[in-house]
Amino acid sequence: MGTGTRQQTAESVQTPPRAAVRIAGLVKTYPVSGRGRRPFPLNLLPEARRPDAHASGNGSGSRGVRGAAGPTGTAAVRACDGVTLTVRQGEVFGLLGPNGAGKSTVVRQLTGLMRPDSGTVDVLGHDVVRHPERAARILAYLGQESGALDELTVSLAAETTGRLRGLDAAAARRESDDVLAELGLTGLAGRALKKLSGGQRRLACVASALVGERPLLVLDEPTTGMDPVARRAVWSAIERRRAERGTTVVLVTHNVLEAETALDRVAVLDRGRVIACDTPGGLKAMVGGDVRLELVWRDRAPLDEPRVAELAARATVSGRRWTLRLSPDAARAAVDAVTTGRAFAALDDFSLATPSLEDVYLALGGSGEGLVKA
Amino acid sequence: MSTGIAHARAQARERERERADRAAHTDVTDSAASGTAAATVTGTAGVTAAAAAPDGAEDAQAPVPLAPRARLWPSLSAVYRAQLSRARVARIPLLFVATFQSLGIMVLMRGVVDGGAESRAVVAGSAVLIVAFVALNLLAQYFGQLRAGGGLDHYATLPVPAAAVVLGAAGAYASFTVPGVVVTAVAGGVLYQLPLSGLWVLVAVVPLAGAALAGLGAALGLLAPKPEIATLCGQLGMSAALLLGVLPGGRLPQPVGLLRDLLPSTYGVEALARAFETRPDWGHAALDLGVCAVVGVVSLALATWAYRRAAVR
Repeated sequence: MGTGTRQQTAESVQTPPRAAVRIAGLVKTYPVSGRGRRPFPLNLLPEARRPDAHASGNGSGSRGVRGAAGPTGTAAVRACDGVTLTVRQGEVFGLLGPNGAGKSTVVRQLTGLMRPDSGTVDVLGHDVVRHPERAARILAYLGQESGALDELTVSLAAETTGRLRGLDAAAARRESDDVLAELGLTGLAGRALKKLSGGQRRLACVASALVGERPLLVLDEPTTGMDPVARRAVWSAIERRRAERGTTVVLVTHNVLEAETALDRVAVLDRGRVIACDTPGGLKAMVGGDVRLELVWRDRAPLDEPRVAELAARATVSGRRWTLRLSPDAARAAVDAVTTGRAFAALDDFSLATPSLEDVYLALGGSGEGLVKA
Repeated sequence: MSTGIAHARAQARERERERADRAAHTDVTDSAASGTAAATVTGTAGVTAAAAAPDGAEDAQAPVPLAPRARLWPSLSAVYRAQLSRARVARIPLLFVATFQSLGIMVLMRGVVDGGAESRAVVAGSAVLIVAFVALNLLAQYFGQLRAGGGLDHYATLPVPAAAVVLGAAGAYASFTVPGVVVTAVAGGVLYQLPLSGLWVLVAVVPLAGAALAGLGAALGLLAPKPEIATLCGQLGMSAALLLGVLPGGRLPQPVGLLRDLLPSTYGVEALARAFETRPDWGHAALDLGVCAVVGVVSLALATWAYRRAAVR
């Protein structure tokens, strides 16, 4: 016994923190069948038997690539294209990317809701691909939909979820009361979820996810639609669990501001691939010292001004708005150019900012649109 | 400029180191908290871990213990309770509609049928129609919408047996028909001057016909490729129960009669109709209810399978 303890301590000191989640080479392709998305159980069409369609059908799971579903005969959509990630224990880890990047698909494979075509998912030592039913006993999942809880009251939703997570009646009630108090929902406990505002409903769903302790929380856009007070409540509830119990959190977001402030590490996803994975600071350091200059013209840009025409060549144009990524010196010169003479007369507004995760995303070759900056 | 980048990178590295330290600390407390489980696995495993420490120490760590599964009965009762509460909120108007529909049918048919077997069939058919309306039609819609809207994910990521979800929902929907069925059966008995002494059989008719129809409704809802098709199937099933249940079997043309025999609600109707006789043939009624029970077991098993299939894709 004595040796065991000593050895354990020595190991913990020497080795890096344990991986809570290890995802390797994850590939998931959504078959696009002629009639939409889900082959009927008795469907004998060749499509349903293609090797890449062995996890037949995907129902609402194809949320991430809905826009990509085409008419009959279009190619299958690869929502996950060799995703490899390691999340360490006690870490708040984010998956960032625009809609359709494959974030939810990764999460659904992590939670055992979807089987990958190939690749491995290890959650705290358990192979979730081989034993998807184990996922429910290791992690708590907050999905994007609240359909199963909508007609319940806030307290019954939390309490029932706790009971279904294996708590006995008294423990479920106690934990549910505690979590509702923690998130400031006690006043709404008797209201049905569908009678609440979007943000309050989301908060009630977060409460349900937190009843019944789990070492891993998987949250798909937990703070969508919430006001700042509710957001803060969620983040402090997450932080408390991490501090007190070493809980690991994997969350999906497309909110760059939230990602910068709340996450330990971020994996940036684009079209089913991890294009970068680092701390928010580390990611921003990747784009170096470039700054972002945004110009908004009143009507049309005065392209006959040579210095403006020069900028036009380097700008990402979206209607009246130009976005430029420049070195500080070049940015200074550009500001000088657009704040004098005819250019200034045509200018409606401009802003100069240090790099954000959005810039990282664009610099890495991401398609860019769909990230939220609020 | 380069100094700025270097500074940012240094900061990032520092933050990384801090976080690693913090996580390592968490790991220690974690192992300590989880008791002797990890420590007792010393022996060879410990040696291997130590040897492999430089590159693959993570692999040597034992999987965390799994949280217990939710057991069948407690989780079934939790689902039942939750479903009953949402039924209270959302389904009362529909139950009124179902009951008034059945009462209306009985009033309409009052002038058409002339006593005896026909009036027994009308009253029994109208009463069981409520079970078909709620358990078959509404449950098919519920599961169809839940599946299409991603609501099943909630249950699928909880360690709850599939049977608990299906039986809990089916049971709640079936229970919800009780007041309507009792009101219809008593009102019909009075209206058609039938003996009410055999109505205790409702204690068996509602749960067994309820199980058969709710199982069918749940299976339809979970198997239908689209929620609209689930709704359509539920409506058709209810219409069939209405048309084929209310009309006495003897009068129907043979192919329609065959269809009537295939419908599980028919056996509930027959059992209840026998209870309205002055000297009921309980043996036959029990046989009818036996058919309901068998269909119930099969359809609920099918629904449970369909649930599992719908939950993991």
